[in-house]
Amino acid sequence: MTQPAVNRRDFLSLATGAALAVGVVGAAKPFAQSLFPAKDVLALSTTEVDLSTIALGTTRTVIYRGKVVFVRHRTPEDIAAAAAGDATAIIEPQTDKARVQKPEWLVVMGNCTHLGCVPKAAEGSDHGWACPCHGSHFDASGRVVKGPAATNLPVPDYRFVSDTKIVIGLKPEDKKAS
Amino acid sequence: MESESKIPPAKKGIIGWIDHRLPIFSFMDHELNRYPTPKNLNIWWNFGSLAGIMLMIMIISGIFLAMNYTANTQMAFNSVERIMRDVNGGWLIRYLHMNGASMFFIVVYIHIFRGLYYGSYKPPRELLWALGVAIFLIMMATAFMGYVLPWGQMSLWGAEVITNFFSAIPVVGEDLVQLTRGSFAVDNPTLTRFFALHYLMPFLIVGLVVLHLVALHRFGSNNPKGIDITSPKDKIPFHPYYTLKDLVGLGVFLMFYSAFVFFAPDYLGHPDNYIPANPLQTPAHIVPEWYFLPFYAILRAIDFDIPLLLFTIDSKLAGVLAMFASVLVLFFLPWLDRHPVRSARFRPWYKIVFWLFLFNALVLGYVGSQPPEGTMIMIGQAATAWYFIHFFVLLPLLSKYEPVATLPKTLDEPTI
Ligand code: HEM
Ligand code: FES
Repeated sequence: MTQPAVNRRDFLSLATGAALAVGVVGAAKPFAQSLFPAKDVLALSTTEVDLSTIALGTTRTVIYRGKVVFVRHRTPEDIAAAAAGDATAIIEPQTDKARVQKPEWLVVMGNCTHLGCVPKAAEGSDHGWACPCHGSHFDASGRVVKGPAATNLPVPDYRFVSDTKIVIGLKPEDKKAS
Repeated sequence: MESESKIPPAKKGIIGWIDHRLPIFSFMDHELNRYPTPKNLNIWWNFGSLAGIMLMIMIISGIFLAMNYTANTQMAFNSVERIMRDVNGGWLIRYLHMNGASMFFIVVYIHIFRGLYYGSYKPPRELLWALGVAIFLIMMATAFMGYVLPWGQMSLWGAEVITNFFSAIPVVGEDLVQLTRGSFAVDNPTLTRFFALHYLMPFLIVGLVVLHLVALHRFGSNNPKGIDITSPKDKIPFHPYYTLKDLVGLGVFLMFYSAFVFFAPDYLGHPDNYIPANPLQTPAHIVPEWYFLPFYAILRAIDFDIPLLLFTIDSKLAGVLAMFASVLVLFFLPWLDRHPVRSARFRPWYKIVFWLFLFNALVLGYVGSQPPEGTMIMIGQAATAWYFIHFFVLLPLLSKYEPVATLPKTLDEPTI
């Protein structure tokens, strides 16, 4: 007796295998999902900062979603240094203007874009930050000027809800409509 | 499975009765007692059994720690302090565990370099070697996660830096970081999952160790002369010869281990880990535990972008890739070094390259412990280059050009 190329038994094994694979993937999905941030973690999504208590020339370090944010009250010298930095920030070029809503307030994420350490105020003349872990350097606008970090300190979403208060995690006022 | 008629009749007594049905005793007799072993094994063959004993010490001390440890960011640090101060004997259990991790790595590093020197990774032992590398990888993951548990400053910032390795991967990097952390930053969800995995992985190691031994016993131990043993006169039973020799080594090793546990328990650790974790401030100088330093130096060595034909690998990704490559290259060692002679005793050229490699690894370790400034950067880069040149240039070249010595036929045959 000759066998057909594909017989009933082949079909049954294939169908069983496929059903099994779908079942395994389906069952694995909730397990994989459980590893991602849970709802309560996502819910902690804004941080309020009272600017009136941050003296000129100082930086307040706050926590937003478990990560560090620098809120810096910049002096005219800081602002000048940041503007001058537009020419030297060549790793990820960005103007200082594009990174602030008001020049005297710089709000940037405070975890180094290399591997996440918190940079310290740098000794040097550029009014920036130096990372203690692997030596990255950021300028007065939080732009990377020396690796191993490859990107600028990101600017989080934040909104001036009054002249002296910002809420980190809210989209800026003028972008809300769009 | 053997056909029923081939199974010998049950021996007398309760052990015989059990063994007839579950041949566990004859298995142990075969593998641990009669196991024929080359008669010329030297002290460097002691470190396999020491590694097994360290694994047991880590599992036992770990389980007792877990009975008093609390995996919660608010409570972890204090629960470890309570183990140290209030739990009866808690200080001893913790110091055994903490220093045990270092001892485990010392033993395993010696065990690995033994294999490198005597060519134990060469055919037919490639899979035995690969299983060893896999054990080493899981050990590193286990030690890293364990170090996070006491939730001190080094715990937090070590975890921050290491979980961030994944952010170097293009496109999916950020999602992967969140997947490993279960949160945006290293936080409570990270701590709880690390505890679960830290508890689990040593048992995976136990499974791999069993496979490692199955592969070992297939062809038997390599030996200092690296020759295939054909004469039965060259083998002796494992018990009592090597059981006793290993016990002597164990005694010496336990004295070394105890010296740390009782007289310098914090010498190998970092004082900053006795400061509770603070997500707002990175310690001025973060360093990993000593056993990770060479790999850390490789990570930091690549501080420049690598242009390829169509795209550039940025410095961050390049550093992370180099670091992973430095461990993974070990898997391919049997195919990079294809010289037919195993032992460095009969390979004068390889011997030089081996000692240079060992020295280079120590240099990398030293560089990893120093701040990334000045000449340290250049030394680190040169040593990193040497590390890879060893595997990808020197070993293949030696395989081709190093003269093949005439090897003795038996262990007793004199060599010049
Ligand atoms: C491959 C084996 C293991 C290695 C290399 C290892 C490594 C480590 C390390 C390096 C620490 C940090 C110690 C410190 O600085 O305080 C640690 C902590 C801890 N380990 Fe393990 N471990 C192993 C097995 C286990 C097992 C099987 C358990 C069982 C549950 C366990 C439970 C714990 C606990 C509860 C802590 C936190 C308490 C403390 O920090 O002292 N470990 N481990
Ligand atoms: S984390 Fe800042 S330089 Fe590496």
